[in-house]
Amino acid sequence: MTTTVDATRRPGRLRLQGVSQRQPPASQRWRLLPTLVLVAGALYCLLPVIWVPMAATKTGAELFTTFTLAPGHGLIGNLRELSAYRGGQFWRWMLNSAVYTGFGAALSAMLSAVTGYALAKYRFRGRKLVFNLLIAGVLVPQITLAVPQYLLLAKVGLAGSYWSVLLPSIFSPYGIYLARIYATAAIPDEMLEAARLDTASELRVFRSVAIPLMLPGMVTVFLVQFVAIWNNFLLPFIMLSDDDRFPITVGLYTLLSQGASQPALYTLVITGALLSTVPLVALFLSLQRYWRLDLITGGLKG
Amino acid sequence: MTRLRTRAVPYMMVLPAIVMFTLFLLLPIAYTVYLSVRRLRVSGLGFGGGARREVGVGFANYSASLSDPELWHGALRVLLYGSIVLPVMLGLALVFALLLDSSVIRLRRFSRIAIFLPYAVPGVIATLLWGFMYLPSVSPILNVMQRLHLPQPDFLTPVAIFPSLANIAVWGGVGFNMLVLYTALRAVPRELYDAARVDGCSELQLALRVKIPLLLPAIILVSVFSIIATLQVFSEPTTLRPLTNTILSTWSPLMKVYRDALIQNDIYSAAATSVIIAAAALLLSFGFLRVVQRRAFGEMS
Repeated sequence: MTTTVDATRRPGRLRLQGVSQRQPPASQRWRLLPTLVLVAGALYCLLPVIWVPMAATKTGAELFTTFTLAPGHGLIGNLRELSAYRGGQFWRWMLNSAVYTGFGAALSAMLSAVTGYALAKYRFRGRKLVFNLLIAGVLVPQITLAVPQYLLLAKVGLAGSYWSVLLPSIFSPYGIYLARIYATAAIPDEMLEAARLDTASELRVFRSVAIPLMLPGMVTVFLVQFVAIWNNFLLPFIMLSDDDRFPITVGLYTLLSQGASQPALYTLVITGALLSTVPLVALFLSLQRYWRLDLITGGLKG
Repeated sequence: MTRLRTRAVPYMMVLPAIVMFTLFLLLPIAYTVYLSVRRLRVSGLGFGGGARREVGVGFANYSASLSDPELWHGALRVLLYGSIVLPVMLGLALVFALLLDSSVIRLRRFSRIAIFLPYAVPGVIATLLWGFMYLPSVSPILNVMQRLHLPQPDFLTPVAIFPSLANIAVWGGVGFNMLVLYTALRAVPRELYDAARVDGCSELQLALRVKIPLLLPAIILVSVFSIIATLQVFSEPTTLRPLTNTILSTWSPLMKVYRDALIQNDIYSAAATSVIIAAAALLLSFGFLRVVQRRAFGEMS
């Protein structure tokens, strides 16, 4: 955050030009162009995000008649109707999503941390092979995996269960990659050596020295996985048939499939879409500093 | 004793990941390859035990899949879709990242957050939102155009569906790619820019001659990730299907795999097709890497 502030304050050149006032107006206008382009991009990204809350406040009739970006009078009614839809099905989907995403992302962050730490801080035979093998997983298209995963899980009687969505979400090549980069950068070898003098247990070194240092990186992996699992559609779409176990993405999809023929359901779908993004948007805005995307490009230099 | 145990520690630590990798990646891939060379043979009338047997058929599934026009039509559609998504999304991401990094920008924080926000919206929900934007009866875009007495385009015709779908992918992906590129730009020492400015470089020249060459590795990285993601397009066309009848159930190759495997219960064809898609994805992303790397090295020498 501090670097951003620095960058806006630094160029003294800008201030000088503002003072001298001798710039021709045409050039002044050109100076605004970059900001205008960027703001246009921002508005394009915000358009649907602004429209949804507005549309969610409208009653079914208002949706088709009133000006689109003006609020209506139906928000409370829509929420009540959505909550009542098939005995609270919507909240069940939200809860399922929370379960899949919360457990999946937490387990994934832990698995990534321990693997990334081992790959970053130990020299052992086969280290490079293990790393390359695990990372190659990024390249495998999801459907190539999801369909056979379904068939295999069906053989052991797990297809359609909560496990069938949770288990395949835990292994993340990307999370391991991030954790390895983070462990390399954040844990000084000297600290590990010092800790080893105090205790013979490598596990205790990992728990009491490495984990605290890796925590911010683990939060980043958790966030990346949280978004990936919350947003996943293909895997639960293939695995699940019982709509009591659907996550919100598949649930809203089925709601839309029915609603397409009955415009009366549109308001429910719109209100549901609004509510389903609230947890993620809240998570984003509150944990912004953990979006360490430099990790992603940082690995290129090594 | 303790030394031996210490030596085993890293192996113990990577073991869980290797187990998960084997169970949920290696095994499914091996199973797919196995299924792709098998087929169900029905003998007689198909009644009684042993009447339906799984037999090896060599590459018959592959040749059947490759000669299926539906697969090629799907592949062409995805190529057309990708040729809109990739340049537009990555081009915009690059422009936005450079603008965010330049010194002449206002509303920097607002724009950065606003453009990144769609990343938080699930692909299915994003499609839903844009689906309503496209739907004549509720679309705010068409509503405004109607009020201004402008012609109202139809977003869901067989041709318009390509830019309409591409728009959803661009909307969802531009912010993430922008942030990756912007973060890479922030890592560049500022002194380099000051030096270029002293040499009389304008902001535009700085961007074109200094920043873009420095960004090349990051640009290549986001391109490869985006190519892989684009080839796998599935949830957007699937979600848009209920709103329009211009999207077939085999619109993209992955949708065809899904239909073959889970609706028509022909897992053998589906397996062969998904091996072909995976091979094509690997080939395309590696091919892209080769080409770009050669060009990048060529420029340096």
